[in-house]
Amino acid sequence: MKYIILVFSVAFFSFGMTNNHVNSSEDIKIERSKDPLKVFNYDELEKYLTSKDDSKTYVINFWATWCAPCVKELPYFEELNANYSNQNVEVILVSLDFPKQIETKLIPFLEKKDLKSEVVVLDDVDSNTWIPKVNKDWSGAIPATVIYNKSKTKFYERSFNYQELEKELKQFIK
Amino acid sequence: MIMKNTFKTFLALIVVIATSAFTIVNTGYDVGDIATDFKLENIDGNMVSLADYKDAKGFIVIFTCNTCPYAVAYEDRVEALNKKYADKGYPVIAIMPNNPNVKQGDNMAAMQARAKAKGFTFPYLMDKGQKIYPQYGATKTPHVYILQKTKKGAQVKYIGAIDDNYQDASAVTKTYAEDAVNALLEGKEVPETKTRAIGCSIKV
Repeated sequence: MKYIILVFSVAFFSFGMTNNHVNSSEDIKIERSKDPLKVFNYDELEKYLTSKDDSKTYVINFWATWCAPCVKELPYFEELNANYSNQNVEVILVSLDFPKQIETKLIPFLEKKDLKSEVVVLDDVDSNTWIPKVNKDWSGAIPATVIYNKSKTKFYERSFNYQELEKELKQFIK
Repeated sequence: MIMKNTFKTFLALIVVIATSAFTIVNTGYDVGDIATDFKLENIDGNMVSLADYKDAKGFIVIFTCNTCPYAVAYEDRVEALNKKYADKGYPVIAIMPNNPNVKQGDNMAAMQARAKAKGFTFPYLMDKGQKIYPQYGATKTPHVYILQKTKKGAQVKYIGAIDDNYQDASAVTKTYAEDAVNALLEGKEVPETKTRAIGCSIKV
């Protein structure tokens, strides 16, 4: 019986993005609007996310300003963040914009759109190493989204409208 | 007996979880599969098939387009691959998988203009009706499939990225696609058969 449970938990935990990380006891609270844009490599991003409050449900969206379907769905993530922040949900938008376009494209875009969700930049060229760490089934196409909390993780290589996104989120906060 | 039933239930549960967790992978080819041939229109108006290449040993099939920044970042490297390997028996065959009604910048006229401006020496085909990319299982641009001719047909030997640095060609440390073709030319096993890179989702 023990053996079976072990298989079960391995299958479950190997599927998650952050499940296998110990959360640090000190949570870092950051106000984005007052901070410069954070630019992370993958290890830094993972460390940053795992350092956050693990009682929350996180919606992590991988996007870029040049990705039309990503830009199209951004308002839905913004809406989700606004509507569910009081239910312990946090949306984090991980931009894959090219580093040389952070100043010229990404920052002007963020200012224009006045995004309320936290935006961080992932700058890590070794995608063959980090893509499978986000999810083993991710081919690398964006948009892509991960929703997780401490008991559950789901990965989506697809676009969303608001209803679809909300429906997925509700599986995490019931 | 109860114990036995519980055990069975557990096994069943594991099977359910395992299948739901591990079969979400996209359909399409895996390494070792035989890839379909196609007949697609090239930018010069001619129809192109793998079967046209009687002397080829294989193919570097690349799903790519005009409008994706990652694909654009790799244009010169795709051209370099064709220059290096076409004569050795592995020509590049580029296929544009997007729906041009969704992405005007990927319509035939735009493909022709881009190929002319960049001096592409490889065929740049329109996946008209978007029938071919789903069979391969391509999900993004650029997405590379290296095929080797065998008695059974064109066998998939490599799926994935061109190299490990989309930002800077001069900072590449792993030339995945080249390494795969070199291995095939030398009759060796492809060292890394599957790699991943960020790309733009195919527009349907």
